Amino acid sequence: MKLAFSQMITSLKGNALAGYSILFIVITTSLLGNLFSPYDAVETDFLNRFSSPSLSHWFGTDEYGRDVFTRIAEGTFTSLRVSTAAVTFAIVLGALVGAITGYFGGWLDRIAMVIIDSIMAFPGLLLVLGIMAVLGPNEMGIIISLGIAYTPSITRIVRGTVLSLREKEFVEASRLLGNSEWVTLFSHILPNCITPVVVISTSIFTAAVLSETALSFLGLGVPPPAPSWGGMLADSRNYLGLNPWMGIFPGLAITFTLLAINLIGDALRDKWDPRLRTLQEETP
Amino acid sequence: MLSYFLKRLLMIVPTLFCVTLTVFVVMRLVPGDPVLLVMGDVKNPELIAQMREQLGLNQAIHLQYIDWIKKLLQLDFGTSIVTGEPVLQAMIQRFGVTAQVVVISVIFAALIAILAGTIAAWQHNKMPDRWIVVFAVFCMSIPSFWLGIALILIFGVQLQWLPTVGYISPLQNLTEGIQFLILPIATLVLTEMGGILRMVRSTTIDILQLDYITHARAKGLGEMTVLFRHALKNSFIPTLTLIGLIMGSLLGGAAVIETVFTLPGLGRLLVTSINGRDYMMVQGIMILVSTTYVMINLLIDMLYPLFDPRVKL
Repeated sequence: MKLAFSQMITSLKGNALAGYSILFIVITTSLLGNLFSPYDAVETDFLNRFSSPSLSHWFGTDEYGRDVFTRIAEGTFTSLRVSTAAVTFAIVLGALVGAITGYFGGWLDRIAMVIIDSIMAFPGLLLVLGIMAVLGPNEMGIIISLGIAYTPSITRIVRGTVLSLREKEFVEASRLLGNSEWVTLFSHILPNCITPVVVISTSIFTAAVLSETALSFLGLGVPPPAPSWGGMLADSRNYLGLNPWMGIFPGLAITFTLLAINLIGDALRDKWDPRLRTLQEETP
Repeated sequence: MLSYFLKRLLMIVPTLFCVTLTVFVVMRLVPGDPVLLVMGDVKNPELIAQMREQLGLNQAIHLQYIDWIKKLLQLDFGTSIVTGEPVLQAMIQRFGVTAQVVVISVIFAALIAILAGTIAAWQHNKMPDRWIVVFAVFCMSIPSFWLGIALILIFGVQLQWLPTVGYISPLQNLTEGIQFLILPIATLVLTEMGGILRMVRSTTIDILQLDYITHARAKGLGEMTVLFRHALKNSFIPTLTLIGLIMGSLLGGAAVIETVFTLPGLGRLLVTSINGRDYMMVQGIMILVSTTYVMINLLIDMLYPLFDPRVKL
C-alpha cells in the first residue's frame, strides 16, 4: 500500500503533483475552516466591519463584519458542488445521447446532431444566461443551464468514439454471443469512451467553476447571504479603497482552484490523449 | 474561390434557422409564463389577457414562430418591456462599446500570443519555454473579473494613474475615452492570451519537426525567417480559428468585464435585462450575439483560402 502510494507520487510529473497538492490544500483548508471556524458564514457582526487580516480574522471581515475566511471556506463547497453537479448532468445526458445516436444512427442521430449544433452556435455564457433568464437565479437553475451548455461536447466525443468502434470485431463477437444491442452498447462499447470523457470533463469542469463564479459575480448565482466566491468579489468592488482584502482573498481562492484543475487536466491529457502520446513518442 | 465563398455562405442559412429556433424554444417552452414573468405580481386577468394578445401568445406555436421570424427579417426586434425603448436601437448602441473593447483586446492578445508561443516552441523544453507555459496557465486560471478588480486596485485606487470605472466614448473625447478603456483592454488581453498562446505553441512544436523546416534551415535561412515566415504560415490557421471563436464568444460574454468596469456594453445590458425580466431584450440580444458569432466564424472560414491556398470546400 505504502509502496503503491509512493509509486503513484513518483509517476506524477511536476505539474500534476502541483495541481493535486493545490487542490488538496484548498479542499482541506475549506473543510477544516468549515468545521472549526468559530464564526458563522452569514451571521453579521457590526462591531468588526472591514477589519484587516489578523489572528482572530485570518482574511479580515467584510461590510457586515462576517469572517472572510469562513465565507471563502463555505464558498468552496458551493462552487465545487454546483460545478460537479453541472458536469455530472452533462456527462450523463451527453453520454446517453452520444451513445444511442452513434450506435443506432438514422433519423434520431440526425435530429440530435441538429440540436447539438444549434446549442453550440451560442458563444460562451450566452445560452447559460438565456436559460437562467427563464429558470431564475438559483442553484438548480445554474446546474441545469450549465449542464445543458456542456452536454454537446460530451455528446460529440462519445458519439465519435462509438461510431469508430461500432464495426469492430469485439462488437460483432458480442452480437454473435446473443447479447442484445443495449447490452453490447452499454457494457462493451461505452466503457471505451471513459478515457476521452474524463479528459474532456476536466476542461469542462474548469469552465464550470469559472462560469459559476462569473454568474454569482453578476448576481445570478446562489442567492445571498449564502457565501459564494463570485458574490464576495462583487461585493468587494464597492469597498476597494476601504478594505482591499475583501476582494483579494476570494480571488486567490478562485485562481488557485482553477490553476489546480488546469494542471491536473493537462496531466490527464498528456497521459491519455492518444494523439498527443504518439507525438511525444516520436519526439526524441 | 468564388464557389467556396458561396457554398460557405449558403451553409449559414440552416445554422441561423437552428439558432432562431433554439432561442424561440428556450424563451417559450421552458416552464415559466413570459407574461407572468413580465407582469410579476399583477394579478389582474384583463391586463394579463391584453398582454397575451399584444405578444401574440394566443396563436398556435408554429404560427408564433413564423410571425416572429418575419419580424426578425425586417429587423423588428420589438420594444423593451421595461423601458419601452426599441430593442434594436438599444442593442446597437451597446454593441459598439463592446465591439471596440473586444476587437482591440483580441488583436493585441493574438499578436503577443503568436510571438510568445512561437518563441516557446522554438525553445521547446528549455527555460524560456517553461516560463512562457507557466505564464500561459496562470493567465488561463485568473478569472477576468478578479484581474480587473486587482488592476483597478493597483492603477486606480493606489497609484491613481487611471480612472477606475465608467465610460466616455473615444469619439467624444479621445484622450479621456482611451483612459477609460486601458484597464478593461489590459484585463481582456491578459486573460484571453493564455489559450491562444498554448495553441500557437503546440502547433508550432509539431510543425518545427517537419521536413520543410529542416530544409529551410539547411538552405541557411536565419532562425527568424524560418520561424516567422515558414513555420507561422502553417501554424496560423488553427490559431485563426481559435481567435475567431474567442472574439465571437467575447462579443456576447464580455458581461463580466463590463460589469467590473461599468462599461455600458451589450453583456451588461443582457444581465440587467435578465434581472429586470425584460424578455424581449434578452431574446433580441441572444439573436444578435449568436448571429454575430456565426458571422465571425463564417468570416474566419472565408479567410482560410487567403492564408492557405490548399484549403478547399
